[in-house]
Amino acid sequence: MNRNYMFAFIAVLVLFLISWVGVSIGLQWIFGVIIPYLAVALFVIGFVRKVLGWSHSAVPFAIPTTGGQAKSFDWIQDSKLDNPSSKLGVFMRLALEVLTFRSLFRNTRMKLKEGKLFYQLEIFLWVGALAFHYAFLTVLLRHTRFFLEPVPLCIQLLETIDSFFRIEIIYPQFQFGLPAVYLSGFVLLAAVLYLAVRRIVIPSVRYISLASDFFPLILIFGIAFSGIMMRYVTKIDINAAKQLTLGLVTFHPTVPEGIGAIFYIHLFFVCTLLAYFPYSKLMHLGGIFLSPTRNMLGNTRAYRHVNPWNSPVHVHTYDEYEEEFREKMVEAGLPVDKPLEATAEQAAEKE
Amino acid sequence: MAEAKPKPQDVLDQLNYQPPRCDWMDTPVEIRKGMYCYASNPKSVATLGLPNARPWNPLEDDWKLPENWQQIIHEGFKERLERFRSFKVFMDICVRCGACADKCHYFIGTGDPKNMPVLRAELLRSVYRNDFSRMGKILGKLNGARPMTLNVLKEWWYYLFQCSECRRCSLFCPYGIDTAEITIMGRELLNLLGLNIDWIATPVSNCYMNGNHLGIQPHAFKDMLDFFVDDIEEKTGVRVKPKFMKKGADILFITPSGDVFADPGTYTAMGYLMLFHYLEEKYGLDVTWSTYASEGGNFGFFTSHETMKRLNSKMYAEAKRLKVKWILGGECGHMWRVINQYMDTMNGPADFLDVPVNPITGTRFEQAKSNKMVHITEFTADLIRNGKLDLDQSRNDYLKVTYHDSCNPSRGMGLFDEPRYVIQNVCKHFYEMPPNTIREQTFCCGSGSGLNAGENMELRLAGGLPRGNAVKHVQDSYGVNMLATICAIDRAVLPTLVDYWAPGVQVTGVHELVANALNLPGQNERSTNLRGEELEELKAQAEGNTDE
Repeated sequence: MNRNYMFAFIAVLVLFLISWVGVSIGLQWIFGVIIPYLAVALFVIGFVRKVLGWSHSAVPFAIPTTGGQAKSFDWIQDSKLDNPSSKLGVFMRLALEVLTFRSLFRNTRMKLKEGKLFYQLEIFLWVGALAFHYAFLTVLLRHTRFFLEPVPLCIQLLETIDSFFRIEIIYPQFQFGLPAVYLSGFVLLAAVLYLAVRRIVIPSVRYISLASDFFPLILIFGIAFSGIMMRYVTKIDINAAKQLTLGLVTFHPTVPEGIGAIFYIHLFFVCTLLAYFPYSKLMHLGGIFLSPTRNMLGNTRAYRHVNPWNSPVHVHTYDEYEEEFREKMVEAGLPVDKPLEATAEQAAEKE
Repeated sequence: MAEAKPKPQDVLDQLNYQPPRCDWMDTPVEIRKGMYCYASNPKSVATLGLPNARPWNPLEDDWKLPENWQQIIHEGFKERLERFRSFKVFMDICVRCGACADKCHYFIGTGDPKNMPVLRAELLRSVYRNDFSRMGKILGKLNGARPMTLNVLKEWWYYLFQCSECRRCSLFCPYGIDTAEITIMGRELLNLLGLNIDWIATPVSNCYMNGNHLGIQPHAFKDMLDFFVDDIEEKTGVRVKPKFMKKGADILFITPSGDVFADPGTYTAMGYLMLFHYLEEKYGLDVTWSTYASEGGNFGFFTSHETMKRLNSKMYAEAKRLKVKWILGGECGHMWRVINQYMDTMNGPADFLDVPVNPITGTRFEQAKSNKMVHITEFTADLIRNGKLDLDQSRNDYLKVTYHDSCNPSRGMGLFDEPRYVIQNVCKHFYEMPPNTIREQTFCCGSGSGLNAGENMELRLAGGLPRGNAVKHVQDSYGVNMLATICAIDRAVLPTLVDYWAPGVQVTGVHELVANALNLPGQNERSTNLRGEELEELKAQAEGNTDE
């Protein structure tokens, strides 16, 4: 039994209980209004502070990882993306990194077989990560419908695309597929499950995983699961929910009656994630843009990068060097700045 | 003094990538013979004026640290977080996805989980979380935080000197987290407590005082080059005339001192001498060497940013004093990361030098227009491209060459095609190693970043496994018998490594190959190569091999 994922699992369970009990004893105002405001405030303040903290640190040297041929002669093809010599190249490198996880796509898995090393393409982490992030983004964008009235056309379009795949099971005992099934929610659930399971199953990844790696995964699982339950199984009063969310964004908070406990549980999970976000590794969202190995130009010999704190240092000058070795240098026929006689005379004068 | 080496097959059989059951924080560090380098000599530390110079031994319990060492580390850490955005961001954003885990040659070769780049960084991150994050402080171990203790310090020391700063992991990281950067910071912090290794500290002090890592004094440096002059004359019938510290020369040439000192680097040094002689005779090019700036490499880079700057300053200072037009640099690995990404920033602007132009071809080296320093393979590639060299490739026909990309010119510069162009123009038979082991994905020799000592041979051979394996592959597949490289540390360490993992393959610098093909005006019949081996015999041997 691994302490780390058990702890994370228990933490999410406790969050669930807190919100469930809280709503059961009538603390709707706290869970529907106060905590969401608090969470958003913590998120915004924390995020801005973190990014400002990073940007206050200096960038003394240009240290891009040069992953391809540098720009040199016109008869040698340079790698415009992996060793960018133009700002457009840097932009494209970073854009592809952020949008397609390009470095992760390179991933290989090393295998040692009969004394020989093999490096195979290992694509699952890339697929899982991409599925996770894009599904999450889609879910997030879809949720803007709860904060906007009327719902913008682009969001409606996104919903149509997201629900292109239709399954409808309509029995008196069991109904599914009404309302339309959004793929993104299920992809998110599957991807988050995959990312968590690989942390448990792959020994080396389990070894490096902390409780703080499992916690967001299990929390997001909780968010996706409660959301899906709400939509397809234990239905809630959707209009009342929207009344609450609209109230939040228009700063006229109201708590309508009878939304259902699961909504508050879902919301509490989301609030926890928001509040936790800036103080955790989830800040990779912002950090990737500031990573000096990816966001700098590779043409460091052609253009000088300035270090704001370029420390002054002691150096051993040529004069000091010649002073020490002059005789030996002259004897070996090496040129010197001050001939031996002159220095001998100076020494004599001093005496 | 080499330790007894285990058999390669035994090493392979014992490799185990299963991490231990218990948590990594609960696995204490065991400093093992063969894996670590000896402690810094206090004299060297004192020469540089670095802190806490005293004799100490990593195997002893007492490391003779200053009383407030925890405070020194804490404050040093804090200062570096403010001075380096890279450090701060890399401390915060790792998600421990594990993509880097099996990209490190030391992990592949040792199976030690703390050699996974992510965990090497976590060694520092765990202290960062404890000291600089509220969440870490509150949640402690659950959030991967731990206080700085003597055991943690020893773990840092042990594993930060098992990283060669090769940046291979950084290529695969989705956020570009660069373990080299983390190791550089970690070693800086260790140096605040006087915890360097001697294989770095003494070369640095030598370089500071005498101009090169080996501590060769000016007259001895000249002697060594004169010895090459005799050797070249013996083999080619031509007497070359190197110039030293000639004021007003066109070009100042700087190369790692390792190449004037030990085989097979010496043949590369002879190669430079022959090339410059040819260019002088044919085109009147005026190249000078310097004994003051007689080191291309920079072990200061493995000590601290300041130490790197102190050693590097000699290049521009000497170029300025000698009033040359620009600087040409020899084949070296980390030297070129320093020149490419640090020199101009640290010691520039080099406005007293010209934008490098090859006076023979007229080519303007736009890529070096600010820092004014050109790589010798760029220079030679340009000469070959413009048909300025008289080359007889056939003297290299007995060779089947493969090329090892050195880490730093690869992932810290992007120099891939120039050396290949040069090799393919002076050698007929050229074979690439598998794609996952070359170019930007190249594997370290296992001895970079100051780890090329004798006492850590087990670590070096283990770290060299991926490279050795790839060499073995092309040896078995194509009969490759020569491994070319553009790094002096490679030339110093790869012979031992290939002897171990792929016996029968030799190691060469690119300019040894160039010199063997280069026809000098007034030369003899050139019946031997620079190593004094009879070409006829080598050819017969090579043909015999292919017949089999």
